[in-house]
Amino acid sequence: MNKFIKLILILTAFILIASSHAVAGKLVVKGSTTVLPIAQKAAEAYMAENPDVKISLSGGGSGNGIKAIIDGTADIGNASRFIKQKEVNLANTNGVYPVPFRIALDAIVPVVNNKNDVAELTMAQLKDIYLGKIKDWKEVGGTPGKIVVISRDSSSGTFGVWKDLVMKKERVIPGALTVPSNGGIVQAVAKTPGAIGYVGLGYLNSEIKAVKVEGIKGSDENTLNGSFPISRGLFMFTKGWPTGETMGFISFILSKKGQELVKKAGSIPLF
Amino acid sequence: MKRQVIDKGVHSGFLLIALFSITALFLIVVFLFIEGIPILDHVSIKEFVFGKYWYPTDDPADFGILSLILGSICVTLLSGIMAIPLGVMTAVYLAEIASPKVAEIVKPIVELMASMPSVVIGFFGMVVVAPFIQQVFDIPVGLNMFNASLMLAFMAVPTICSISEDAIFSVPVALKEASFALGATHFETIVRVIIPASLSGICTAVILGLSRAIGETMVVLMAAGGAAMIPGSIFDPVRPLPASIAAEMAEAPFGGEHYHALFAIGIVLFVFTFMFNLLADYVSYKFRQVGEASL
Repeated sequence: MNKFIKLILILTAFILIASSHAVAGKLVVKGSTTVLPIAQKAAEAYMAENPDVKISLSGGGSGNGIKAIIDGTADIGNASRFIKQKEVNLANTNGVYPVPFRIALDAIVPVVNNKNDVAELTMAQLKDIYLGKIKDWKEVGGTPGKIVVISRDSSSGTFGVWKDLVMKKERVIPGALTVPSNGGIVQAVAKTPGAIGYVGLGYLNSEIKAVKVEGIKGSDENTLNGSFPISRGLFMFTKGWPTGETMGFISFILSKKGQELVKKAGSIPLF
Repeated sequence: MKRQVIDKGVHSGFLLIALFSITALFLIVVFLFIEGIPILDHVSIKEFVFGKYWYPTDDPADFGILSLILGSICVTLLSGIMAIPLGVMTAVYLAEIASPKVAEIVKPIVELMASMPSVVIGFFGMVVVAPFIQQVFDIPVGLNMFNASLMLAFMAVPTICSISEDAIFSVPVALKEASFALGATHFETIVRVIIPASLSGICTAVILGLSRAIGETMVVLMAAGGAAMIPGSIFDPVRPLPASIAAEMAEAPFGGEHYHALFAIGIVLFVFTFMFNLLADYVSYKFRQVGEASL
């Protein structure tokens, strides 16, 4: 990883020198809504620094982001997952070589009320709770009581991670309460004894209790070393090795300043 | 300058101002339809309005808003059940029974309630009322239909009360005096004469109060629980239409199916409030008192 960053930094310096002569341009960034807040914050800061660059952002999901790279409708394709073999094949047949840049990490931690005595859940138990198959805390070794399932709105990135990694694309029961923000989940779980919810790592506090997943505590460290199961890398894909403004923008996100924006957008910075 | 010219200038100036707001409103409606109609490329009207599942970001997505519509209707009805008697009776008390001194104090307080920001009421519902309801009724969760209705009733009471009060207050004194002259008690006068005479105003008040409740966003977003399911009891969490729009619009990709679906929900909501207003107009026309003879 370090080597990779060094390489990027050297390239950044190189490109920064080169780009001062480069013609200002327009960047099209498309893809994952999870990466969107990061891209948005980074784009705002980047455009403030380089007023002659115009960055147009849109969502549409990871699949669309990668597709846009392959068919050339975007310069950068955002994805909250790695590229699939099928997509690599499609790119190859079109003569495109997608290059991944991991720009941030994402970890979601299940949380319960402080009075709850359940300290640990498996991925399978979490899935069954959110599918509505497990309805009572006693089924997972807790004090008997109805489980109140709290989820996020279906368009939120946090929900996206949860759906991909825990639900494995199956649907959360319609009876789950939905809350519009991470803060709202904290609030609702703190006030409801039987509640279970999930929040981004940055939102854990003393009002709620984080649950270990498969015996592993959710933390920055466990996310960076890859042992925490509900975490993933967030990627930006480019068509071939990036040049010009595309490189400038990606270098910016991978810089110290860019990674601070990653943190502000609620994800985990790489360093 | 001639006075006629100034007069004409003033006339067209005011016409322009009036047209400005009408045009703005009209353009918003047009925009709403332009952005909402494209969802029909993906689902039929029937699937959209009567579909039971709202999974807008799944692949394939489900855009059924029946549970959202029922959520809105149930919350509004329940809040009506709580707010209408309270509002109307408060109005009767203020206009007929209370001494002028008491009315002088109580009326501004009721009107102050109307100016309470909805986000404050929503927050109150979420932080204070939810745990209370949960403990008192011993139910798993306090963010539910009952909580949201209670909060909406809070908001509807001042509207219902102050408009009804005006209506009751404007009942001609002659009617009341005639009733007394015939030997009716004060209570009989209120029930048999005053209320029927001001029925049109009271109905308008109720409908306006409820249309405020159905369009209210912040309160239902914060206190209703937000589960997109068809409610089975008043303690089930629901997800009314405005809450869905508010919660999801920020992250729905611009120009996508989900985006259009949310605008289509806006159209449904617009139709609801529009019908409420038409109804209010109709009722106030139908039951209006012409002079003192038609009672």
